[in-house]
Amino acid sequence: MKEADKKIEILDPNCVAPNLSENHDKGLELLKYLILGTLFGIVFVKAEIISWFRIQEMFRLQSFHMYGVIGSAIVTGIISIQLIKRLNVKTIQGESIVIPDKVFKKGQVIGGFIFGLGWAITGACPGPLFAQIGSGYSVILVTLISALAGTWVYGKFSDKLPN
Amino acid sequence: MNQFIEWISQPWPWYVAGPMIGLTVPALLILGNKSFGISSSLRHICAACVPAGIPFFSYNWKKEMWNLLFVLGVGIGGFIAMNFLANPNTIVISEATQADLSALGITSFSDLMPSDIFSWSNVFTAKGLLFFVIGGFLVGFGTRYAGGCTSGHAIMGISSLQWASLVATIFFMIGGFLMTHVLLEPLMKLVGF
Repeated sequence: MKEADKKIEILDPNCVAPNLSENHDKGLELLKYLILGTLFGIVFVKAEIISWFRIQEMFRLQSFHMYGVIGSAIVTGIISIQLIKRLNVKTIQGESIVIPDKVFKKGQVIGGFIFGLGWAITGACPGPLFAQIGSGYSVILVTLISALAGTWVYGKFSDKLPN
Repeated sequence: MNQFIEWISQPWPWYVAGPMIGLTVPALLILGNKSFGISSSLRHICAACVPAGIPFFSYNWKKEMWNLLFVLGVGIGGFIAMNFLANPNTIVISEATQADLSALGITSFSDLMPSDIFSWSNVFTAKGLLFFVIGGFLVGFGTRYAGGCTSGHAIMGISSLQWASLVATIFFMIGGFLMTHVLLEPLMKLVGF
């Protein structure tokens, strides 16, 4: 099948991680994401990013650690994406790499602020929640269920909120 | 081999962890044209389990299975790191932070998470209501309203030079600073610390 024959999906602008790939990985092909996630989870624990104390240190400006982690992750990401764009790197399936634009909306201000409040209470953004549960802090299951409830309530009322 | 395990068991510095997290961005793009983002998984779980006819949850979540497997992997990674690569020493927390938190009523500083807060015995108490129920709800509601979290906006978004993501990240930090410096103390007093 020729590259040009592949049709592009209509993107849902609300979805942060829209599936741009025409090849919907199935079965064993999905294992690569499981493995990548596992490596990612190991880094989360080993760099103590999942620690409530590290987030408190960050918001109290008493340690450079989290700023170093997030800052160097962003720098690495910027360099990687620039290289992908300039060298026209393709996916392993041979597709062109597409990065969807994030459209500005009020939600990034209001929702961002609300998430920030929660981040400082729980000491965790969504990624660390999963790593905390896996690393044995089973009580964080309650936090995760609550986060799911928050997501669901947003979905239920999203058309009534300023956007 | 023992030396390797000993070396890898130490806490990893930011200049190792940060670039590894950053490399997740090109890894996902190259492996399958996927944009890095974790909070979307919460939406997909809602769409899979309780869509309830809500348009926001009516889409083919199975196409986003990769995202669910990724977060499952994050959990497995947490298990591996804690059970096979765990740091044998107690966590080193900044003295200033320890002093601030002691003043708020935290007494345990030996683990990644303070047991004063994060234990099952707190679930049905005012402490649990604040730290698990309300905290979790704000994280889930806020990230979806913002259209992403630290991974989707701060890392993926800023890496691809999207100013909307920079705005989101600034407001994550404003919310966090306000909670930490203004609201946390009265809230913790209120729930019995």
